[in-house]
Amino acid sequence: MIIVSFLCLFPLIHILAVSLSGSAPATANIVGLWPVDFTIDAYERTLANENFLRALWVSVNRVVLGTIVSMGLLLCAAYALSKSDRDFKGRKIYMWFFVFTMLFNGGLVPTYIVVTRLGLGDSIWALVLPPAINAFNMILLLNFFRTSVPKSLEESAFIDGAGHFKIFLKIYLPISVPAIATISLFTMVFHWNSWFDGLIYNTNAANYPLQTFLQTIVVQQDFSNVDVDAEMMRNLSQRTVQAAQIFISALPMLIVYPFLQRFFVKGIVLGADKE
Amino acid sequence: MAKPKSKPSSPQRWDFKQTWPLHVLVWPAVIVALVFQYGPMFGIVMAFQDYRPWLGFLGSEWVGFKHFITMFEYDYARQVIWNTLVISVLKLVFGLIVPLAFALLLNEVYHMKFKRTVQTIVYLPYFLSWVILGGMLIDILSPTGGIINQFLGIFGIDPIFFLGSNDWFRTTVVISDLWKETGFNTIVFLAAITVVNPNLYEAAVVDGANRWKQTWHITLPSMRPIIIVVATLSLGNILNAGFDQIFNLYNPLVYQTGDIIDTYVYRVGLVSGDFSYGTAVGLFKSFIGLILIVLGYHLAYRYANWRIF
Repeated sequence: MIIVSFLCLFPLIHILAVSLSGSAPATANIVGLWPVDFTIDAYERTLANENFLRALWVSVNRVVLGTIVSMGLLLCAAYALSKSDRDFKGRKIYMWFFVFTMLFNGGLVPTYIVVTRLGLGDSIWALVLPPAINAFNMILLLNFFRTSVPKSLEESAFIDGAGHFKIFLKIYLPISVPAIATISLFTMVFHWNSWFDGLIYNTNAANYPLQTFLQTIVVQQDFSNVDVDAEMMRNLSQRTVQAAQIFISALPMLIVYPFLQRFFVKGIVLGADKE
Repeated sequence: MAKPKSKPSSPQRWDFKQTWPLHVLVWPAVIVALVFQYGPMFGIVMAFQDYRPWLGFLGSEWVGFKHFITMFEYDYARQVIWNTLVISVLKLVFGLIVPLAFALLLNEVYHMKFKRTVQTIVYLPYFLSWVILGGMLIDILSPTGGIINQFLGIFGIDPIFFLGSNDWFRTTVVISDLWKETGFNTIVFLAAITVVNPNLYEAAVVDGANRWKQTWHITLPSMRPIIIVVATLSLGNILNAGFDQIFNLYNPLVYQTGDIIDTYVYRVGLVSGDFSYGTAVGLFKSFIGLILIVLGYHLAYRYANWRIF
């Protein structure tokens, strides 16, 4: 079991060690799990790299905007759909409308054509809007609404003259903070880790989010998209700098995931164990 | 849904005649889904046309099933479908067995702190993107000085080009997939173990069952529903061999064994700009996927009483 844990961690530790080593030992492949010629030079260079910072900024924007838009839409819809079929005529139709998106999709090429034809190419909306409605998250939210909000509370508010909007804002949202936090975190992780949409919808590499930037630099080893001069090229292609970039991109997840873990376990149970 | 029915005769019954606010709340989400989920579904007509962007959907020529016929007659396309099936079946089998075995082992650990630490560590790669994991793998698996090959070198094994050899690519894909996903599935199974009725174990101990017998006769049968659910629901993913992973690991050297439907669609559809053919291949995949998902949901409901909402 210790071996399995080690195997899971070892690539990460190795990359961290490489990123903290001098470039000579890294190029000579003598770095194992501990840095050789310790230096934070690679991090200084990465954080001084304008392209990297710009990509980081795009990613931060994307995560914030994407989470707000997605949660706004999902919460409103989940509130309405958490009502019973009798109370909300047409609920079934809406429900199937959303569930069907989990079963079938148009596929890559038609989606690409729709998004670009709407003129969203090279804009952050191409990354935020298409994945905004996640039917699975919506179902988790509405199940939470159904099981956690006391019906009597709602009814007494209604008798006191509150309408749906008021009940939604003043009763449902405050009671559901844990669920909202959980699904928001799901959404943030999704947006932080996404890279493919950044690659296909942006013709201008300056709009790449961080993971897409990393993908072209580290995985494809393709520098043609990113306008770099010879000096920067040397820096980018250096093993220690690449390791530092990988590590910085992984860092937010490494920091939040121990907290996330608990939420996710609950989320899984919430999603799997009904009735 | 187990939901108490509100009593219709109750004098305080909530009058829901005015449901317009509910419609108002649903519509923004409906519109976004209509545009970005359903819009592309209508775009599927491209698969039956020779789509030319400047002519649009209305102007392009209709060609019926031409692109589908091309796909089935083209050896390379068949190879791609085969690769997809092989890779995802391997992933499905190992992705079920390894986490299950690991969860059973972890369940035997009584040192709670140790157990939780192992769980946390194994779960970690799940949160990292395939771009990050791909970047790491490319570094550590490099045939020229990657740390894995250096390690193998100690035993006198020649460097292996894991990501560039058709003999090794699938193995590498399956193992790296286990690296990322095992933690997640282990937690699903561990959650299932915790709900097993402890009385059963006590009774078994009285009857003289050892740990192994308890696992075999109590734990595993109790987990049958969750195993069935996980297995049947993965059925719908049988044509998703993992685009993110393959895309970040493969290269032209391993197209023969590693090119899957999704990566193929990306290359012919978007890179080469053969929109119609790409859509046709994608539609074939989505359509089979739809059938398998519905089948999977049906089986999961039938054998494990699981339902989506």
